Formats: sequence, C-alpha cells, structure tokens
Amino acid sequence: MPVAQTPINAKPQKLSRLQYLDLYYYMRLNREVEETMTRLFRQNKIVGGLYSSLGQEAVSVGTAYALEKRDWMAPMIRNIGALLVKGVPPRDIFTQHMAKYTSPTKGKDGTSHFGDLENLHIVSPISMLGDLIPVMTGVAMAGRYLGQRIVAMTWIGDGGSSTGVFHEGLNLAASQKAALVLVLENNLWAYSTPVRRQVPIENLADRAKAYGVSSYVVDGNDVVAVYRTAKEAVDRARSGEGPVLIEAKTFRRHGHAQHDPAEYVPKEQRAHWEKRDPIALFEEFLGKERLLNAKEKKEIESKINVLLENEREFAENSPLPPPETAAEGVYCTGPECHDIQPKWERPIDELLPPKSCVDPVWTVEGFGRGSSSRGSTAPIHFGDVPAAASREKPAALPDREPHLFVKPAKKPSPPKLARKKSAKKGAR
Amino acid sequence: MAPITFLEAIRQAMFEEMAADPRVVLIGEDVGVYGGAFKTSEGLLEKFGWERVIDTPISESAIIGAACGMSYLGLRPIAEMQFIDFIACCFNQLTNFVAKGHYLWNAPAPIVVRGPAGGGVHGGPFHSLNPEMYFLHTPGFKIVYPSTPYDAKGLLKSSIRDNNPVLFFEHKFLYRRIKEEIPSGDYTVPLGKAIVRREGRNLTILSYAAMMHTSLEAAEALAKEGIEAEVIDLRTLMPLDEETILASVKRTNKCLVVHEDTKTGGIAAEISAMLFEKAFHDLDGPLVRVASLDTPVPYAPTLEEAFLPNAQKVFAAARELAKF
Repeated sequence: MPVAQTPINAKPQKLSRLQYLDLYYYMRLNREVEETMTRLFRQNKIVGGLYSSLGQEAVSVGTAYALEKRDWMAPMIRNIGALLVKGVPPRDIFTQHMAKYTSPTKGKDGTSHFGDLENLHIVSPISMLGDLIPVMTGVAMAGRYLGQRIVAMTWIGDGGSSTGVFHEGLNLAASQKAALVLVLENNLWAYSTPVRRQVPIENLADRAKAYGVSSYVVDGNDVVAVYRTAKEAVDRARSGEGPVLIEAKTFRRHGHAQHDPAEYVPKEQRAHWEKRDPIALFEEFLGKERLLNAKEKKEIESKINVLLENEREFAENSPLPPPETAAEGVYCTGPECHDIQPKWERPIDELLPPKSCVDPVWTVEGFGRGSSSRGSTAPIHFGDVPAAASREKPAALPDREPHLFVKPAKKPSPPKLARKKSAKKGAR
Repeated sequence: MAPITFLEAIRQAMFEEMAADPRVVLIGEDVGVYGGAFKTSEGLLEKFGWERVIDTPISESAIIGAACGMSYLGLRPIAEMQFIDFIACCFNQLTNFVAKGHYLWNAPAPIVVRGPAGGGVHGGPFHSLNPEMYFLHTPGFKIVYPSTPYDAKGLLKSSIRDNNPVLFFEHKFLYRRIKEEIPSGDYTVPLGKAIVRREGRNLTILSYAAMMHTSLEAAEALAKEGIEAEVIDLRTLMPLDEETILASVKRTNKCLVVHEDTKTGGIAAEISAMLFEKAFHDLDGPLVRVASLDTPVPYAPTLEEAFLPNAQKVFAAARELAKF
C-alpha cells in the first residue's frame, strides 16, 4: 500500500514541516474532541447517539487537508476531523451533540449534521447514505457554471456504496465531468455486517471503473499517503478531468455507535488494526524524520487541552433551545430571511443577454419543427464542447497554506438565552 | 395576442425567467436536445446552452440532488420529472434532504420540481399520478397545481423566484386542451392565493387543476336547476388559502371538494378537518367529497372513466348537498 489504480506521481510532492505538523495537530485534535465527547456521553450530557471515528482520523484529516478554503465538503458522521480541518470550531461539535441553542442548528439536529453555506462551504450530512453524492455533484456543476474553479468533496462508507443513489450520483458526476472527489472510507464494517458480506469484490474502488471514473486505493491509516492521494485527486478534479474516487482502507475500532460493543468483530482483526493506529504510526514517522520533538509534542498537547477545555465549558454552559423555537423556520420567508446571490467569478456579460455558450456540433435537417426552433436545420448542442469558462486551463493553485494550528480561540462565553426570535445568521 | 396553450405558458415562463436571470437553470431527462417529452423546454437549449439546460441520465435522485446542490451556490434550478410519477424515485432526496434543509441547518433550497401529472389521457398506472398528498404531509414544500395557462405561467414564475422548494404539478390533460389569451410581458401570480372562478350563493365547490374545469361544467348544469355553486380554484395546496375558503363557506354554508387524487387522505380530508376546526357553526350540511377511487389508475378507457370524477358525478353530489 498505497496501491494506486491510477499511479500516483512517481515523485510524491514533498510536504513542508509545518504541513506535517498541521496534519499531526488535526489528527490529535480529532481524537481529543471525540474523547472529550465520550466523557460527556458517560456523564449523560450527550442527548443522542455518539459515533466514533477512532482509528480513522487519518482519512478525515488527510483528505480534507487537500481542499482549498473555497472548496466545498459534505462529511459523514465519522468525519469530524474533516470538519475541524475546514475550520469548524470544536464548540460547534460539542453543542451539536448536546443539543444546545448555541449549536449551528440551534438544537434542531445533532451530531455532525450541520453545515455552513456562507463561509466554510460545508453541506450538512443526512443519515440516508449516498444522498450527498449527487448534491455535491450539483455543487461542483454550479461552481463550474459560476466560474469558481472549486472542488466538491464528500465521503461514503463501504456500506453506503451499495445504495442506489451512490451509483446515480457517481454516474451523473462522471457524465458531467464534475469536479467531485469521492472518498470511499472502507472501514470493513457496515454496523455489524462485514464488507465481505456486502460486496463481492476486493477493492471497492473498482466500482468507479464502471463509470469511467479514476480511482485510487490508499492505506487509510497512513495520513501522508492519504493526503498525497487526496491532493492529487483534488488537483485532477479541479483541472477538469472529472470525478475521482479514493478508497481508503481502514478499520472502525469502536462499534457503530456508543451502544454497540461490536462483539462481532474478530479479535485478530481488531488486534491487527490496533497496532496500526494512525496517530502512533505518524508519530513514529515524525520522530524518525526529526520533524517533531518531545517539547513540541507537549506544546501541541497543551494547546489542544486549553482549547478543548474552553470549548467544552462553553457548550456545557449553553442553554437548551427555548421550546417555542420548535415551530420556527420550516420555510424561508424571503430576502429578509435569505438573500440568495451566487458569487459570479466569470463575466456576467457572457450570460446576459443569453446566448448559447457552445457552438453547435452538428445540424440535423428538419429537426425542431416547433415554433421556437429556428427552422429546418436546428443546431444540435450535445454538451461535449467545454464551456467558455472552463476552456482555459486553470492556473496552478498554491498548495494549502499550513494552518499553523488554529488560532487559540478567544475564550467564548455562551450568550444569554434570548427569549425573542434572534436574527437569522448572515444572508448568503 | 393569440391565445396560448397551457404547455406554451409553461415554456414561456421558463424561457422568460431564464432570459432575465442567469441563476435559473433547467435539469432533467431529455429537456435539452429533444426539448422535453412534452416539448415544454423546446428551444431553451438553443438559447441558453448546455450549462443551463442539462440533460441527465435516467436518475431522478441524482437530478434532485444536483438541483439542490446547485441551489446552495445561489442558482435557481428547475428540475423536470419527465412524468411526475417518477418523483417517487427521488422521494428520499426530496423529503429527507431538500425539505428539511431550512429548518435543520438554515439552508434554503430554491428549486422547482415540475412535471406532467394527472390522468384522463389513458396513461395507465405509472403515467397518471397525482402525487400532491405524499408531499403535503412533509413540512418544507410549497405545492402548486394550476388549472389555466394564465395561472400556469404566473405561478411558475413565482415558484422560480421563491426561496423554498416548490413542487409544481402540471396536469397533462390540460397541456393542449385549453387555450387562453394572456398578457404580454412579465407578470406573476402569488403562491398561496386561491381564486373564485364562479360566484354563487348555494354551495361552495373547491377544486384545482383539471377538476376545476369539471367543477365549472357541473356548476353550469347546476345553475340550470337553480342551484348557484361558487367554484373556487385552490391553485396552491401549500400554503392553502384558508381565508378565501372560509369566506366562501361562511356565505354558502355548504362545501363540496372535488379532486382527481384518490379519495382517502386527499386534500378534501384536510380541508374537511380545517372547516370543522374553523367553521363548524357555519356548516349546514356534511362536507362532501368527489374524488377518484382508492385504486391505482387503471388503463382501459372504461375503467379510467369509472375511476375519475366527472361533471355528472360532481353534479349529482352537489344536488344532494344542496338539499340540506
């Protein structure tokens, strides 16, 4: 491993030291956030279920780290690491799980079921797996139309890859050449059903071949390999090659959720993967390469501890939503609620007054007899000529800047529970 | 202006909205080169290009998903179901994802899902559906079902401009059968407003879509017997124009609901409950329903005729109701 179905560049791009440390920081943060929540769960402070990504941190962090700020993502429930990398503060994750009024959904939904269309470009997951694949395909299509050169990334599990909409979505993305990166996180178990009982093939990435989609298989517990693969996939998608699928092979070390002791998992399998803990593996690598010393490690740990202590306190001190808000917000009431405007990054005069943006590829005698057609030889547009906006190759984009860890958050204080209807979050 | 068909009204609405607003795009099966199975999008591809008129694989969930994703970047997609029956294929995407977005995570999805609905054209059990009630029960949708070319154009424009997901049903029986002169230039018809199509004092007939014409026909026959029926076209089922309904029932004191959807769990049941809650003391007779049989839509002309309401059935039911 990694076994690249489409070979990864022979010369893997070198990461800077700060990028290595960034990856380390986010994996540690991912794990500590979840461990904090496990403690909260045991104290009965988590309202619903708690789903662990223990042992899968390298997939969430390594893939999301390949995205630019402008890019879009739609995580699954076990991708808290991806949310953190995209810039979600831990308090949002805590308040969501505790159903607090200060949470991004104001207590309307829990877990990682929240999004941010305006700033972070995150689409909220839902529990019906695979639905996000066509949604993110649409995001990529709209981005191309607006001239934004964005990439849309979403995740699916080994289990979710058997849903109908997985196949509908991947096929639409392929036929549209949408800039979609689909991370297939194969953690070997769909609840209690092992992957072998779900899918009779060795590499789930093979499913991509059926749609003419490029794919990779990567060791999901090797964060550097995951990042490099994802970076290449993101670059390829952005350059207009169409969707890319990455199968990351990993293992779900906890049960489906906290209630599930996962006794159905063979001991040998668990032992094998426990020895391959992604954070321990990465620490070993960082030590060997002299990228991280004991003092720096301590610094990172205390940074995380301080941050999470503040964030947890904020969440615990936040109120539950007032009952009268249950009836609010089913419908958007108009521009004062949301002023929905796209961010055009192509000249709008290409579109106004409207004219076809592709040249006809052939004409058919007698086609289109309707009143609106031009006559006996209607031009046929087949959509295989690239749009004006994407004709030019996009300029190379800078690698993701190291985050240099997240800025130490100012100690937030939970707002007093406002009894009257608070204003909607910023218009978009 | 020459009178135009219902079909042309739909096409004009899409054409004009797309011409005026580059945020509006159309996505669906065969909407591009072919101009739509019923030719509602004829000429749009030529005018607006493939980025805005998008032919898709036969994947209804992917169509709705993609439309929703596009709306998140500020576009206003119109998603076409080739026949509205196929909306069942994307039920999950619509009810679990699109409809809940604004309530759950403050994410409005300004998309219009439109397509040909309804029976009476011998389409059989998979091309004749009236799906409105599946979705009326899901908070988050607006539901429109017009009966005239004027309304079809004005309501579709309002739907495209609305910030919520709108399900816009077009009765295919009406596509080419009715023509109407409509004003040139831009106009809209607001969502959530019913209209009195015929005034009367003896009883109120509530209806929409193709059955509105059936109800008007019955009302003419009733008038010859001295029964003056007030016919109200609901136009929008969600939000329902309770004000117009209550104002009429408070005057006529009798209410008959006619719909082509099957009887059990149809909108008549919902209106009935609403009238009991809000106009109990104004009612002088039972609420009467004339609706389709509780069966799938049968194929044979004799069977479909028995299945559907018609003017005779409405007439008979109204005459009985008028006796109270």
